[in-house]
Amino acid sequence: MAATCESHSARARFLPWAPLLTVAIMVGPVAAGVLGTLTPAFGFLPALGGHSLNLQAFAMLFDWPGITRASILSVTTGFVATCLSLLVVSMICAAWSGSRAFRVIERALSPLLSVPHAAAAFGLAFLIAPSGWVARAGSPWLTGWDTPPDILILQDPYGVSLIAGLVVKEVPFLLLMTLAALSQIRTVQARQTAMALGYSPVSGWFKTVFPRVYAQIRLPVYAVLAFSMTVIDVALILGPTTPPTLAVQILRWMNDPDLSLRFVASAAAVWQLLLVIGALLIWRVGEYSVARIGRRWVMSGHRGGATRSVRVLSLSAAGLSASAVVFGLLGLFIWSIAGFWSFPDFLPQGFSTRTWMRHSMALWPTISETLIIASVSTLIALLFTLACLEAEERHGLKPSTRALWLLYVPLIVPQIAFLTGLQTLAIFTGVDGNRTAVIAMHIIFVLPYVFLSLADPFRAWDARYGYVARALGASCDGVLWRVRLPMLLRPILTAAAVGFAVSIGQFLPTLLAGAGRVQTLTTEAVALASGGDRRVISVYALTQTAVAFLPFAIALILPAILWRNRKGLRHA
Amino acid sequence: MPDTGLSLESVVIRQDGRTLVDISDHIAPGEVLTVMGPSGSGKSTLLSYVIGTLSDDFAASGRVILNGRDITDLAPEQRRVGILFQDELLFPHLSVGENLAFGLRATVKGRAERKSQIEAALDDIGLNGFASRDPETLSGGQKARVALMRMLLSGPQALLLDEPFSRLDTERRDQVRSLVFDRARAKGLPVLLVTHDHADAEAAGGRVHRLSD
Repeated sequence: MAATCESHSARARFLPWAPLLTVAIMVGPVAAGVLGTLTPAFGFLPALGGHSLNLQAFAMLFDWPGITRASILSVTTGFVATCLSLLVVSMICAAWSGSRAFRVIERALSPLLSVPHAAAAFGLAFLIAPSGWVARAGSPWLTGWDTPPDILILQDPYGVSLIAGLVVKEVPFLLLMTLAALSQIRTVQARQTAMALGYSPVSGWFKTVFPRVYAQIRLPVYAVLAFSMTVIDVALILGPTTPPTLAVQILRWMNDPDLSLRFVASAAAVWQLLLVIGALLIWRVGEYSVARIGRRWVMSGHRGGATRSVRVLSLSAAGLSASAVVFGLLGLFIWSIAGFWSFPDFLPQGFSTRTWMRHSMALWPTISETLIIASVSTLIALLFTLACLEAEERHGLKPSTRALWLLYVPLIVPQIAFLTGLQTLAIFTGVDGNRTAVIAMHIIFVLPYVFLSLADPFRAWDARYGYVARALGASCDGVLWRVRLPMLLRPILTAAAVGFAVSIGQFLPTLLAGAGRVQTLTTEAVALASGGDRRVISVYALTQTAVAFLPFAIALILPAILWRNRKGLRHA
Repeated sequence: MPDTGLSLESVVIRQDGRTLVDISDHIAPGEVLTVMGPSGSGKSTLLSYVIGTLSDDFAASGRVILNGRDITDLAPEQRRVGILFQDELLFPHLSVGENLAFGLRATVKGRAERKSQIEAALDDIGLNGFASRDPETLSGGQKARVALMRMLLSGPQALLLDEPFSRLDTERRDQVRSLVFDRARAKGLPVLLVTHDHADAEAAGGRVHRLSD
């Protein structure tokens, strides 16, 4: 198509530059942020009196008594959460793909994905706490407890509840990425061929499909690993406290009124980045060894069996993970309307809308702030994504694997490692603490997700529709606006919903770029965590969930209404 | 070279140094030239070149002259070359009438005038009252007729056919085929047909150019 779309309007001249600009928007701040973290880490920050390069900040960091525990915690949380999530997802696909149960799982994905991390974490916390629903369900008839037991389940020092909170959100994410990868590989034939050779479905899948799927989901897996090691909001709710995880401790130092602690915070952020890089390298080595073992397993010719136990096990694991979110939300709902509720009653003695009433006045401005930030950042991300994809089409730009890596840069480089630096830079340029700064920061994280979710359907569109439209007299722009975008309405709305949910879930970027002055539902809900008022937390967490879910509902309903008489677009 | 009809002057299309197409020919108004060859032989590539949507992966040389006008370097929408593919490719988000309106040239002004022309066009292909229908609810033969009419309404000066009948069952294929050829002859359009089906070539009745693989 290349030369046929040349035009000389300003917009047309911008288009070929869109991909470069998009990469700059995503990678530029990350690079600047890492730089802004590195220099104070080595003592250089003139504004705070640091004029020479030295290792003092690192010395202070390693003098902090919690450093060993916090570092180990970061690594173990990352590895265990990632391994568990990957295991559940691959077993589910191996044992169930192509079945009716699998289609049910697929349909449950989007709603589960849209639940913000913080809300899911709160829901889980209220389920498994000593006075939570699970304990109540078994008390006193099974456990004999009349008062909540004095055991440390939440915020346990080993990070078990933190890992659980991460897994319930990462399973749907990895599953979605795996489904996208599966649709690009002809998996059915591969598995059927294996089965015809006498392999059981599960080992057939692992031997023929998994290696190719993993190659496609490698980057999302790396993102999950880096995220699990450095997550803040979930760690504030479910993670250990003394010492907290490294990322949480960095945030504490960042927010300390004593500005000299910024040097330690920066050093710790560099250390956190090194831990993530180290963990990614170890994971890469792990990939090689698993591949070696896998090859030997393939060579052995074992046909495998145990289909039924893998089926039961994987479905229970996925079911447990999904119900932790679903019942968690239900628990939040009950708490938000609970009157007096003493242990071990399974339900409150009465219900009232008092908590909702009391907080509705304060909720509205927060909701509208959240909506404005999410809408603007999603809209901008969507425009850039469409410009990139259309430029790719018109100017024959072929996206390389390296370009895909760039897309993952903001998702793999830990937020805490570059946002600290950006924050330091922002303070001295005076651009922090307002909505614009928050929106700019959100775009960095919204863009990759919008792009990832829209790129495949956009590229899969049958180009012959465009040829026909051109032959009928439509220009390049005409094809885009009158044919391509309307036909892609559903995937565009879905991508927007994903971007919206990503923006709503952002905690650290909002907190740092907003300097605590821009309050969204997420920052408010997480801030309430330390207070421990379950009713108020529930109101905020539920509102956060509802706001994140709304665009997914629109993405489902709007095309169904608009295209109600258009059968050809029902599954587009 | 005569002033009317579609001329392909020394058209050579190469990919990775391999010559896919090498053709010089003239198609007079109302005449059909059939290009035959096995799949992968570059038949469709030739059509992409003539409508102006050839990908950068190919290197092409030669000229395409339509009614005395050199269209080789024009944008696809300025060439006035209509094309029908194997699939009807009716725009699924538009109704049957809106699909036809997409084709109808903008020089036909006024909502009432455009509407009546579309009604007349539907009448013409035996689909009276189908304007508001969802194209997906039409049968294969009906879709093919709408696709043909949509193209004719755009006022093309030449007609390209990319195996346009292969998805239809035998009986419908004969009907649609004769409808297309009749219309093209009636409007005096030069037709370039690519196919691997000998029945298509026979029904077209014109000269046959074979591409080797």
